[in-house]
Amino acid sequence: MIQADLTVILPEIILAAYALLALVAAVYTGKDRLGPTLVWTTGVLMVLLGIWIATAPGGGTTAFGGMFIDDGFSRFAKVVILFSAAGVLVMSQDYMSRRGFLKFEFPVLVSLAVVGMLVMVSAGDLMALYMGLELMSLSLYVVAAMRRDSVKSTEAGLKYFVLGALSSGLLLYGASLVYGFTGTTEFSGIVQAVQHGNMALGLLFGLVFLIAGLAFKVSAVPFHMWTPDVYEGSPTPVTAFFATAPKMAAMAMMTRLLFEAFGQAISDWSQVIALLSLLSMFLGSVAAIGQSDIKRLMAYSSITHMGFALMGLASGTVFGVQSMLIYMAIYVTMNIGTFAFILMMEKDGKPVTDISALNMYAKREPGKALAMLVLMFSMAGVPPMLGFFGKFYVLRAAYEGGLVWLAIAGVIASVIAAFYYLRIVYFMYFGKDGEEMDAHSSPMLWLALTASAAIMVVGIINMFGVEGAAAAAAQTLLQQ
Amino acid sequence: MIGLEHYLTVAATLFVIGIFGLFLNRKNVIILLMSIELILLSVNINFVAFSSFLGDMVGQVFTLFVLTVAAAEAAIGLAILVCFFRLRGSIAVEDVNVMKG
Repeated sequence: MIQADLTVILPEIILAAYALLALVAAVYTGKDRLGPTLVWTTGVLMVLLGIWIATAPGGGTTAFGGMFIDDGFSRFAKVVILFSAAGVLVMSQDYMSRRGFLKFEFPVLVSLAVVGMLVMVSAGDLMALYMGLELMSLSLYVVAAMRRDSVKSTEAGLKYFVLGALSSGLLLYGASLVYGFTGTTEFSGIVQAVQHGNMALGLLFGLVFLIAGLAFKVSAVPFHMWTPDVYEGSPTPVTAFFATAPKMAAMAMMTRLLFEAFGQAISDWSQVIALLSLLSMFLGSVAAIGQSDIKRLMAYSSITHMGFALMGLASGTVFGVQSMLIYMAIYVTMNIGTFAFILMMEKDGKPVTDISALNMYAKREPGKALAMLVLMFSMAGVPPMLGFFGKFYVLRAAYEGGLVWLAIAGVIASVIAAFYYLRIVYFMYFGKDGEEMDAHSSPMLWLALTASAAIMVVGIINMFGVEGAAAAAAQTLLQQ
Repeated sequence: MIGLEHYLTVAATLFVIGIFGLFLNRKNVIILLMSIELILLSVNINFVAFSSFLGDMVGQVFTLFVLTVAAAEAAIGLAILVCFFRLRGSIAVEDVNVMKG
């Protein structure tokens, strides 16, 4: 019995054991000199685990009495999480080594955060959900404050910690109310309790608290206030990590909780999610316009993107879940490319994040500028790029789910958001001649940037099969 | 006779005090940590009260997990705060202001 359970969570066990072994090995041997090696081995291990999870037969099994669910939905999310975390790790190695803050703890903490995310997306019980979420959050607080010699980084860590702990508190209070009013913490038990007649008022309160706690993690308005500061203050590789894997994990966890535990009460939460989506899209687009720091701008950009992903959820249909998965996969790919570009921005060996430093960038680096142009067009959702199809799917899901007003608002918000993406393109191609940035690039950053931009163009042919995979994943989530 | 609703009222009161402590406190980051602890412990009261009311052990198991995580959380929070104090020489909330927002 326990043997079967352990087989189901073998990938998580391997990654966790690897993280602990790597920590001990590095402490007893080379300390920080082992940093680059560890980053690469961690990246390779994550890619291997991702391939394994993607190709493993079976699925649809549960372990530990329903606490851990291994189905197509969790596999889709896990593959995106593992690949994006590996991508960010190998991208950041050169950047961090040259600035001398590649500590060996970085890959270890990222591995532990990824273990937390893998547990989160597979959780079939509020307890497993909470433990996965906390393992992820606690690791992320530490990596945000990783530059101990920088006031900005420690301040980012402190702010993230306080607001993250508050969100965990809200989530837990919701979990306690749900437990009290249904008598169980298992999703399969909660869904049966909801089926018996209407939701009790206390259960509704619990649901709202749970959604508030989760909205913090996906940085949806009005729970977004930590995002700009944490994105700006953290070291850029850490920001790149924050913008990709944790967002996918939190979004997948939210979907599973809403559909598996509260799948009989869609009308109760769909309005709340629609409101979060609407506010996120508009606040993200409008507030980004005045930003001059590109990392802060990316923070507001991710708030907008989360608004669009939530739009898919708000529709409450299988197609909505599918569109959310497609949107998140595209969002993560775009963000890796964009952050590869941001990691390359430097002047006199120091990183710059000011948008005006991009003046006439295209004249000196036409190739990189073109790749960035493609990514920005894709982020804005300009038709020939893959980003347009992501937006198209969620808008269609909202329209078919009867949320026509939300779909119309989404179109308006994406037009507003296009302004600040195109402003970056404007600076690169038509800005004033100013001080030049260094022509620095490392092979991994260059590869990530070009690959991401190429996917945005080539992907429109068949999306590399992501569409079908997302449809199958959404089906497995909703067939119970 | 003290019933379930009394425990829930106490827990809700503590929870609200914790939330207010986070948002109204303008003095000291340590007070923020105390407020967070208050929130987590109020949740524990909820869990134990429900657990005893329902005659179900799961709530108490959950409480033990929450206690463990709360300890880890406090350790990490204090560690980050020590780093911050070394750089800024202050742990006043109004000094956490290098970045606006």
